[in-house]
Amino acid sequence: MVSVSGLSYKFSAAPAISFPDFTVKSGEHFLLLGESGSGKTTLLALLGGLLRNYAGSIRINDVALETLSEHRLDKFRGQNIGFIFQRNHLISALTVEQNLMMHSYLAALPLHAARMEEVLRGLGIADKRKSNISHLSQGQAQRVAIARAVINKPSIIFADEPTSALDDRHCDSVISLLIDVANKNQSTLLIATHDQRVKDRIERKIILTH
Amino acid sequence: MNIFILVWSYLKARPLNTAINIVLLALGIAVITILLLFKNQLDQKITENSKGIDLVIGAKGSPLQLILCNIFHVDFPTGNIKLKEADRISKNGLINAAIPLALGDSYHSYRIIGTNIRFAELYEAQLAQGIWWKNNLDVTVGANVAVLAKLQLNDKFTSAHGLTQEGHAHNEHQYVVKGIMRKTNTVLDNLILTNVESIWEMHETSTDSMAHHHHVKDSATLFSALVPSVAADDSVKEITSLLIKYRSPMAAVQLPRIVNAQSSLQAASPAFETARLFSILGVGVDVIMAFAYVLILISGLSIFIALYNSLKERRYDMAVMRSMGASRSKLLVSILTEGGFLTLLGCLIGLLLGHGVLMIFSAVIEQTQKAGITGIIFYSEEWIILGGSLLLGLLCALIPAVQAYRTDISSVLAGN
Repeated sequence: MVSVSGLSYKFSAAPAISFPDFTVKSGEHFLLLGESGSGKTTLLALLGGLLRNYAGSIRINDVALETLSEHRLDKFRGQNIGFIFQRNHLISALTVEQNLMMHSYLAALPLHAARMEEVLRGLGIADKRKSNISHLSQGQAQRVAIARAVINKPSIIFADEPTSALDDRHCDSVISLLIDVANKNQSTLLIATHDQRVKDRIERKIILTH
Repeated sequence: MNIFILVWSYLKARPLNTAINIVLLALGIAVITILLLFKNQLDQKITENSKGIDLVIGAKGSPLQLILCNIFHVDFPTGNIKLKEADRISKNGLINAAIPLALGDSYHSYRIIGTNIRFAELYEAQLAQGIWWKNNLDVTVGANVAVLAKLQLNDKFTSAHGLTQEGHAHNEHQYVVKGIMRKTNTVLDNLILTNVESIWEMHETSTDSMAHHHHVKDSATLFSALVPSVAADDSVKEITSLLIKYRSPMAAVQLPRIVNAQSSLQAASPAFETARLFSILGVGVDVIMAFAYVLILISGLSIFIALYNSLKERRYDMAVMRSMGASRSKLLVSILTEGGFLTLLGCLIGLLLGHGVLMIFSAVIEQTQKAGITGIIFYSEEWIILGGSLLLGLLCALIPAVQAYRTDISSVLAGN
């Protein structure tokens, strides 16, 4: 569950951005819509605990993020939240498998071989597990990034513009994949996007305006 | 998955860079290791070889030569001294023990020494086979001599004049190997011991020898203290030197002065002369050492630059790692680990290289074999080298690691 009330954030040299109050129940999927610069990425960063020192309150799974120390917040993020970025940001020095293992290691969670197998198979990249990141196609890399986001069975998945660099066909399949993966893992999916193609796929929307 | 796999993967991802850093450091460490092993073993050998010898008395000349010749057996004698004079000195009350040495000949460049059993006792020598020398032309040989010159019990050989194989051969007389000593890891391993009379016999014409025997049988009521077969007033016989052990510390002040006051004799202290030798060699060692430190400095700089540059490429990696739950301190530790691991690896390779080179040296070059220098020996200083290298790595990684610590994840991720 994600719940926001009275949230605003101020970058040092800019006026504060205020965000609308909203609540996302667990297992629900939402779109976060708004033009470029409307604060979508900032909101995701705030929700994910990547930005601190905000005004207002953010509660995730009944934990108020502002009450956590930085170290606790890091751990909370690793164990409860999966991130998918516009670019995949895989660690190119590691293999596909190691990229996934990294998430479990950093979140201090155990990783079972069966879980690894399940996730890779579910995304159709089981045969790539030992591959180098640089040997993957764009689509495969995106699937690895999604696999990495869900490996720890996060309760919430934040996706920041996951489709903006994709053509129509890929855009559609990635959104399907995300929804599918989120459902399988019983995760809440929150997609920030200004991509018109995505709008029909998820009903519930949070719209940011200036 | 753990931090070491991550660090290793990053190092593997840029193999050339990693290799050059490791090679640079390894070379520097190897040079230092070789110098360390060499110097320590040389120090040790010198101490062992001159153990129990406080002073060497011989003919006037270079004091360093006197020491090199009579203790380390690597240089030529400064000349001879009259046995009669040596006898007189050795009766001085400041002297605890005096051992005569008569040098001059060699076999396959192994020096033959005319002396008495106390010389062997200096090095706590023990017999491996056979007996100690007893009669003229009996010899007991050192462990290395037996192996390298292929001498066995009851073998006969003729000596050559000087220290080279090409010297004039004393064909008229043959030595007989009566005994072989156990290895002592001292200069004794490279020596052939016999009595003083044998050396004289080699260098006398047969008539001299006859006259000498005649002389001894006729008039001997008093005998030389150093070589008991000779009459005390014999004015012909000569030896090369005397090895002296003091009776009291007072002797160190008085005895050299008493000896040096005599026109034909000089006294040299092994401790003083070897210290002088080291101070001469020290300049060369310092230059090589400085070169090694420069190598290490460059490798440190190179590691710093490599980590600093890779940090730019890895900004996203680190931001993503933070998003996956890594704390700031984990990133700090991972960069420090990378630096430390790199230098530790370089240092270990360098240590192995140093030992390896010295092992090859001692296997290939006979001189190092003779000197007893080996690559298979470890000193506690090597731990210091290892610790120092680790520290260097951490130091080089410190600035990049702090930068990683300070990385603002959200701005990196937003800035894509």
